[in-house]
Amino acid sequence: METAVTSMLRTSVDWVSSAFDAPFAGAVVFGVQIGGHLFVEGLLFVVILYLLTQKSYAPPKKPLTDNEIDEVCNDWTPEPLIPAITEEMQREPPKLENAAGSHTIINGKEVVNFASANYLGLIGHEKLLDSCTSALKKYGVGSCGPRGFYGTIDVHLDCESRIAKFLGTPDSILYSYGLSTMFSVIPAFCKKGDTIIVDEGVHWGIQNGLHLSKSNIEYFKHNDMNSLESILEKITSKKKRKKGGRYIVIEAVYQNSGQVAPLNEIIKLKEKYMCPLLMDESNSFGVLGEFGRGLTEHCGVPVEKIDIITGAMGHALAAEGGFCTGNLRDIEHQRLSSSGYVFSASLPPYLAAAAISAIDVLQENPELIKKLKENVAHLREGLSDLQEFEIVSHPDSPIVFLKLANSTGCSEKDMQLLGDIVDQLLEKHDVFVVSSKRSTVDKCPLPVGIRLFVSAGHSKSDLMKVCQAMKIVVPSVLENNC
Amino acid sequence: MITIPYLTALTTYFSYGLLFAYGKIRDFSRSIIDRLFPSSVKGSAPMSLVNDDFYIRRLYNRIQDCFGRPISSAPDAWFDVVVRYSNDNNKTLKRTDKVKRCLNLGSYNYLGFAAADEYCTPRAIESLQRFSASTCSPCVDGGTTTLHSELEECVAKFVGKPAALVTGMGYATNSAIIPVLIGKGGLIISDSLNHCSIINGARGSGATVCVFQHNTPSELEKVLREQIAGGQPRTHRPWKKIIVLVEGIYSMEGELCKLPEIVAICKKYKAYIYLDEAHSIGAVGKTGRGVCELLDVDTADVDVMMGTFTKSFGSCGGYIAGSKELIQYLKYACPAHLYGTSISPPAAQQIVCAIKVLLGEDGSNRGAQKLARIRENSNFFRSELQKMGFEVLGDNDSPVMPIMLYNPSKIPAFSRQCLKQNVAVVVVGFPATPLLLARARICISASHSREDLIRALKVISNVGDLVGIKYFPAEQKEHQEDGALEQD
Ligand SMILES: Cc1ncc(COP(=O)(O)O)c(C=O)c1O
Repeated sequence: METAVTSMLRTSVDWVSSAFDAPFAGAVVFGVQIGGHLFVEGLLFVVILYLLTQKSYAPPKKPLTDNEIDEVCNDWTPEPLIPAITEEMQREPPKLENAAGSHTIINGKEVVNFASANYLGLIGHEKLLDSCTSALKKYGVGSCGPRGFYGTIDVHLDCESRIAKFLGTPDSILYSYGLSTMFSVIPAFCKKGDTIIVDEGVHWGIQNGLHLSKSNIEYFKHNDMNSLESILEKITSKKKRKKGGRYIVIEAVYQNSGQVAPLNEIIKLKEKYMCPLLMDESNSFGVLGEFGRGLTEHCGVPVEKIDIITGAMGHALAAEGGFCTGNLRDIEHQRLSSSGYVFSASLPPYLAAAAISAIDVLQENPELIKKLKENVAHLREGLSDLQEFEIVSHPDSPIVFLKLANSTGCSEKDMQLLGDIVDQLLEKHDVFVVSSKRSTVDKCPLPVGIRLFVSAGHSKSDLMKVCQAMKIVVPSVLENNC
Repeated sequence: MITIPYLTALTTYFSYGLLFAYGKIRDFSRSIIDRLFPSSVKGSAPMSLVNDDFYIRRLYNRIQDCFGRPISSAPDAWFDVVVRYSNDNNKTLKRTDKVKRCLNLGSYNYLGFAAADEYCTPRAIESLQRFSASTCSPCVDGGTTTLHSELEECVAKFVGKPAALVTGMGYATNSAIIPVLIGKGGLIISDSLNHCSIINGARGSGATVCVFQHNTPSELEKVLREQIAGGQPRTHRPWKKIIVLVEGIYSMEGELCKLPEIVAICKKYKAYIYLDEAHSIGAVGKTGRGVCELLDVDTADVDVMMGTFTKSFGSCGGYIAGSKELIQYLKYACPAHLYGTSISPPAAQQIVCAIKVLLGEDGSNRGAQKLARIRENSNFFRSELQKMGFEVLGDNDSPVMPIMLYNPSKIPAFSRQCLKQNVAVVVVGFPATPLLLARARICISASHSREDLIRALKVISNVGDLVGIKYFPAEQKEHQEDGALEQD
């Protein structure tokens, strides 16, 4: 069999070579004996030359005729704008019938409110209401213009210098919405080609800012300094280090987990690898530190060490909007380059007035912070023997975050369970707590849980009440589901 | 399209070239001085140093007194502009206690709700007392009060859609909602002059973004045909869905969207329409319902209607209105709804009250008067400006009217001269507009009286002569015009 094939090959090769050899077989040109193979090579050379002169192959472009386009357009059916509505999506939030203070009214019943980030209990504070009222009378409600075009009102400037003075920074800048602060600040500094090293648990506002900046994003494990260091090491030691700047972005108290960033270690790393640090103090401003100056005061770090601090005024200060503070030049830079500042109407003046009064109140009453701390400690103690939940938040965090000890393994199902617990707490026990929600565009990988926003306005009996209610509701809901 | 005269273009380029060259020379000498006398900077270097700030240092700083002028009163028809001074050649401006009473042609106070209002303000204060200034919580958690649900119903009814959702900021509404509606595999077709918040939303979505020539339906159709026929780049799979993003009134152009044509095209090609009515809601239309009413478009044909309350309603926040299902889904999925603090209760009350005034539910006809007034004022002012020979952009009925300045030196000149005569105007130049197309922008309000407008016209006419921006021949002789004005 084999021999048959080889002999066939041999004969065919012989045939081909004799065919090529034929014309010049044994020819002698200028005394050189020319074999047939030279002829083949010459032929090949010509063919290669021919191919090289040709344009690279492209399928002939025949544009579609109008009729064809019409047909394609007619045939095309788009997906619906939104997916089908499921039962999950129809959950309605409870409606509050008065201010969202530490007690509020829902469905005609007074409930204890753990859903509002009213950390210092300033909602409904006389002083805030007074300053708002006089500002409303003087300035009306809205500012009717962006900051550049007559939307700068004197209270804005006062509020900016008040925040800067309180924190001990050179200058600060106001944004009209807390959520927009980070997603405007990050793209104002970080550009294409830069690298941002960021905690994986940051909230959506930061995630969106990262995306809009078009920088390279490197996530480190949630609050894990080893992971941060190894990433910094990896980035800086690369043989061909990328040009561009490198930035670290963290939250002081993580909204998605209640953990507190270990600032001292981060500062060390930041200085070692020379990366500017951007920190969001939305949930620590007015809360941490002896006088409420945030994580820097809490950790004894001079505030200048952090390049950019942002924060929301819709939490501890019980106003609305956000601020960013840092050195003069960086703040000035934002006034022209930060899109959420330039292209949006400024903060309603009465809210700036409220923020100023809130800082005044905070400075006059540092015991509010102590009270809040005590409340957090009480609540954590009361919840510590709740076996179904694990408290993942830091003891200093005003958000007490409860994670299911035995997750079902599916976050949708977890959310369903948590939602049921929350509903029952409200319906049967008049305790208003919330579970974490995740938007479809939020990429946070951290587990969901129940969040309790503790306030200095809560009394001991409020805290007892929520602990007791949880102890009754949680086992019953979880049992029904197992 | 704006056609710029050849000579003007030349001088404008020349001016920018001069500014640029002068700035570069200064930079160069600065660098020599810095090298000779190095000064050590303490602390960490500012991050913004890395970014090139040539434009700010050498161009913007020269004219920064024309921007960000602080005011110390409500932005009503007349307001108090705080006087500033500079000791270092305009690099930094210091605030004084002195104020200057000026006629306000800059704020987006179309309906005059910016100042304290006899109907709205007492009610806003009442809800401040009842609900406090903030809920400190997003809408899905503890941020929905009875007032918030009333507001959503009220807005839906006013806009003419089955349901609505309200967030605390217009900018965040756009940039948070577009990514929820469309993602990879989708196509966004956006007007070339759309607002930054829309652009950010489109960028944040991960969808492919195409731009069509500003307000040109035929171009939109061309892009749509091309894209549907071509499908997604590389894979040539058909697009999942296509959303067309347009605005009702373009705030830098004063133009009305050609909505009827665009709606027809979108219907034909099965694209969804997203309409941003930030400047048009409340300001145009017989009952203030925006461009749909003005141009006679059925709101059912516009899939997503977005708008803000910072303009006509004199409040803050933004809304999305659409079908019940759309809103239900957005309430489940939209990050601004899930994570952003809900709108401040007094601001919510202000919107509810303003809408009631517009609908005549306050028991007076002030709403109808305001609406008639804004239209009359705008059309009067626009036609007078045109008669004087200014190059005014935009359509009739639109309360926004840009006056072309072109030359960079005319930007501060116009603004400062107007301010000198107690008229506050907004001027815009590069990079907010194309390099050549610097302009002043006038926003008319229903709270301007006829005397206010005549006064403003006189000042603008004087300054226009002084600065040389009457690019067209005046229609009438100057004194005749004055006579006509006085008769009014
Ligand atoms: C078209 C458009 N969309 C959105 C916005 C942003 O609205 P807000 O000022 O409420 O953030 C503006 C404001 O300038 C706008 O012109």
